Amino acid sequence: MTDKKKGNAFTDNPLVRAVGLQKIVVLLVLLLMIIFFAAVSKTFRQYPTILGILDGTYYLAFLAMGVTFCLITGGVDLSIGTGMFCYALAGGFLITHKDMPVIVGILVTLLCGLVMGTINGLIVSRGGHAPFLATLCTMMIVRGLGAIITGGASITWPSHSSPNGWTRMLFKLPVDRTMYPVGIIWVILAAILLSIFLNKTRPGRYIIAIGSNKEATRLSGINVANYQMLAYIISGFCTGLAALAYSSAYQSMAPSGGGGIELNAIGAAIIGGTSMSGGSGSIAGTIIGVCFMSVLQSGLPMIDLQANYQQIIIGIVLIVAVYIDVLKNRKLAR
Amino acid sequence: MGDVILTMKGIDKSFPGVHALDHVDLELRKGEVHALMGENGAGKSTLMKVLTGIYHKDSGTITYEGREVEFSNPREAQDAGIVIVHQELNMLGHLTVAQNIFIGREYMKGKLIDDKKMNEEARKLFDQLGIDIDPTETMSRLTVGKQQMCEIAKAISHEAKVIVFDEPSAALTEAEIEELFKIIRDLRNKQMGIIYISHRMDEIKVITDRVTVMRDGGYVGTLITKDCTKDDIINMMVGRVIYEDPKTESAVAKDAPVVLKVEHLNAGRMVKDVSFELRKGEILGFSGLMGAGRTETMRALFGADPKQSGDIYVNGEKIEIRTPQDAVQHGIGYLSEDRKRYGIVVDKSVAENSTMASLENYMKGMFIDKKKENDVAQKYVELLRTKTPGVDQLVVNLSGGNQQKVVIAKWLVRNCDILIFDEPTRGIDVGAKSEIYQLMNELVEEGKSIIMVSSEMTEILRMSDRIVVMCEGRKTGELGIEEATQERIMHAATLRE
Repeated sequence: MTDKKKGNAFTDNPLVRAVGLQKIVVLLVLLLMIIFFAAVSKTFRQYPTILGILDGTYYLAFLAMGVTFCLITGGVDLSIGTGMFCYALAGGFLITHKDMPVIVGILVTLLCGLVMGTINGLIVSRGGHAPFLATLCTMMIVRGLGAIITGGASITWPSHSSPNGWTRMLFKLPVDRTMYPVGIIWVILAAILLSIFLNKTRPGRYIIAIGSNKEATRLSGINVANYQMLAYIISGFCTGLAALAYSSAYQSMAPSGGGGIELNAIGAAIIGGTSMSGGSGSIAGTIIGVCFMSVLQSGLPMIDLQANYQQIIIGIVLIVAVYIDVLKNRKLAR
Repeated sequence: MGDVILTMKGIDKSFPGVHALDHVDLELRKGEVHALMGENGAGKSTLMKVLTGIYHKDSGTITYEGREVEFSNPREAQDAGIVIVHQELNMLGHLTVAQNIFIGREYMKGKLIDDKKMNEEARKLFDQLGIDIDPTETMSRLTVGKQQMCEIAKAISHEAKVIVFDEPSAALTEAEIEELFKIIRDLRNKQMGIIYISHRMDEIKVITDRVTVMRDGGYVGTLITKDCTKDDIINMMVGRVIYEDPKTESAVAKDAPVVLKVEHLNAGRMVKDVSFELRKGEILGFSGLMGAGRTETMRALFGADPKQSGDIYVNGEKIEIRTPQDAVQHGIGYLSEDRKRYGIVVDKSVAENSTMASLENYMKGMFIDKKKENDVAQKYVELLRTKTPGVDQLVVNLSGGNQQKVVIAKWLVRNCDILIFDEPTRGIDVGAKSEIYQLMNELVEEGKSIIMVSSEMTEILRMSDRIVVMCEGRKTGELGIEEATQERIMHAATLRE
């Protein structure tokens, strides 16, 4: 066992220690990536491209922030990808097919997320199911449910120009024929609120503690099941928000879709330093991971790498991120 | 008894900070059942691990069948004919009996496993032992006793010449023990050498030919079983060691109020009708051998494990404890025997661990008051003399003794009046130990009451005002400190129903 001391001027720097080395490294790589794409590809530098990248970032950010809570408890939520489609289909269906007010559609979308999150939470915390299996099952359930609600039809949320199109302006505001990406505001706001919740409140503290050592937390007289459930409720609600962001960005969605998106969200959280084995993670890290993911996904096609190569590159990035996590855990286990 | 088959001479083994084996001798003959006895931590298991190559001795010689051997792993020992039947069964529950017996050395037919042949061979083994087990039965469907028989069959199938039984009877019923003894006698008649580790005095008298006693890692002596009494063996196990300042009288008044009363507590197999009282300002020691049900009693009391029945009174008032939350509400704190698993959150800070059980008192509105939290953590770091660079240090970076202090701080911050200390000094070095003792004395002086579960006789005699002794899930004795001696405690601890 040659456990070398890894301390040096850089890692001992108080700022570096406070922010976390992994986040700084990922952030630097992200910046280098943006510079690289911008230098190589002319399209990447153009405003519509940037808007496009942001469209792809909002919903992923909400999903990833939500699932971060589940990951921190040592669990996972696989139902968020298909769930996002299902909730957006349900809300959109009421607006377009049942002539309900837009606000009703929005509220129903959010409510669906909340309800599914609660169901996930109940199955995991009371039923004692492994989170992976529990949410794999609900992932299938919501996939079927979305198609049943709409009768198998695709749903298109109201467009910008229609009287009901104001929902889309929540994320992209047109002023003098220029689009302003106001969605950033909501994402940042949500990130700040969730970050405060995670780090400064009792439920947040307990969620982290559960992921670190569930048994010790229980023996400290804390109702572990309740706080574990809360993590899934948060994830569900964030999925509702993601559904709104998605329908605003892409307007229409097909039933039974959304599968695979959950893996991008989980991947983003892990790149941002959230541990797959629970106990550590941060909202700021997740946001950095989300940006990393969406820049990579938008940038690679612009240097003429097709989708298949993107998958490979993202896969490799994830292996590296998880390996860093493994190294961190090994240090704790010694 | 036949010729000597195995001799271990002058076996010495040290781990960092512990001299686990100090020149231990053991001689085993063919056709002999040889008991290996000693208190918890006397070094019995370590000696057997040295024998089978799990540990490597620092010095000494092992002579087996006339030549010196040193096995580098259990597999080598097994191939030479030395096998251990472990206390915890190493069985693969989903596989069949025959598949378990031949795991790792399956009979093959070409490239495929020959299950039929394995079943036949297993059946032959069982016939040889005179036991009735279906080789095609799934292992997990057998009783613990039958599983043990399978372990023995597996051992014999290795053409064993020496079999070590490590507390084989711990989980068996009377009838199963009878059957086990029948098999052991049978093996003895076949001229095998058998080492039998057990805490049960009565069994030793029944089944063994000779007894070797160990104490504190050292060799005490070997006796012929039929020539000695139970008390002779206990005296050898306990020894005449003079322990530093044992308590001679209790400082607690006879009429001090009872803060905790437990009546007829039953939980699982390991807690049977346990009743006791804890008085204010008292340290109540819980003594007993490994597996006596002490930790299980405490966990059931604290609500960590479910209980079947029993009443609990705190300060004379009957209370309901279903979960640890309930216990904490009533001012009971539990310091677990397994600190890392149940006590602390290793990758969190000293401050976060300190306020874990009472975070609601360190809030400013909705938010955690970090300053208040750090202040209280700092206060207890100073009070308990915890050695840490600061309260934001991660607990993983502290030593065992200091981690233990953080857990104590957690319950003091919560202001618990009843503290359950389960093996409070396990894995802690000597200096930190006496600090924990001092701390416990200070706590009871302040009017807190402590239940201390300990497997160390020294610790029990040094700290307790009163001692409850348990054996196999039952309370088998209760002694005031003025009347307590090691012999009396050990006597109660080996008292079977």
